[in-house]
Amino acid sequence: MDEISATRACLDAESGEWLRVLTCGGAEQEAAVGRLHGLLLRIARNEVRRRGVQLRVTGPELDDLAYQAAADALLAITSKIGEFRGESRFTTWAYKFVILEVSVKVGRHFWRRCPAVPFEGADWERLPDRFGFDPARESEWRDLLAALRRAVQEKLTERQRRIFVAIVLNGVPLDALVLQLGSNRNAIYKTMFEARRKLRAALVANGYVDSDLSRRS
Amino acid sequence: MNGWAELDRFLHTDPQDVGCDKAMAMLHVYVELVAQEAGAEQRYPGIAAHLRACGPCSEDFEGLLAAVCGQLD
Repeated sequence: MDEISATRACLDAESGEWLRVLTCGGAEQEAAVGRLHGLLLRIARNEVRRRGVQLRVTGPELDDLAYQAAADALLAITSKIGEFRGESRFTTWAYKFVILEVSVKVGRHFWRRCPAVPFEGADWERLPDRFGFDPARESEWRDLLAALRRAVQEKLTERQRRIFVAIVLNGVPLDALVLQLGSNRNAIYKTMFEARRKLRAALVANGYVDSDLSRRS
Repeated sequence: MNGWAELDRFLHTDPQDVGCDKAMAMLHVYVELVAQEAGAEQRYPGIAAHLRACGPCSEDFEGLLAAVCGQLD
């Protein structure tokens, strides 16, 4: 029994059938690939529509993005089908590919549409607005944000500072920053995670917030 | 949400947070548990912690959940 047959043996009926028809060869496999593509395209269309507000695109451009995501997901699924272990239904596993493809394409779309968004150069005036501080109550938060700014400049490494500035101050989506830096989502997230931890520690050490980060009265 | 609460949320880091790669590797399993209300957060606290903190992964989670739930309708 090969690996795919062994996996099929312990799947729900529908997932087992998907695995069978997608690996059986001939016209039956071809038809199954076509059905899967149709499903992926429907999911991709729903997903780009769901994210449409942040994309600020509509019509043919949105549909083109969905087509690309579905096609790339189909390619990935058929080449990785041997990696499906039956931990979920086959369709859930397959849909993950198309959702992640949409995510990547949304990042690329931002990068192409907004190349002028600055990755460098910090606009510190945006900081209060970024966290929703009320301008009318500036006297209450002015010192805290000044301390945060000092901590960004003194406690973070150059890479941490650059990523903080791009994401927090300049509003660059993380996935677009991934493309800009030729990195990956996990690496950027880990850098920001460590930066956030350091900034919190600095604010606690200087008495601006309690260790549980609640506001000092 | 006021500025203090938003800054609090932003600076909070959970040591259980597994990061993007591990969360995405198990996202299909996690989403099915959520859809079935089968204790996803209890079984995968590190993924739950990550999804609370990571905007892009949370967006992918919402998308996959919508796809799976739409399929169940």
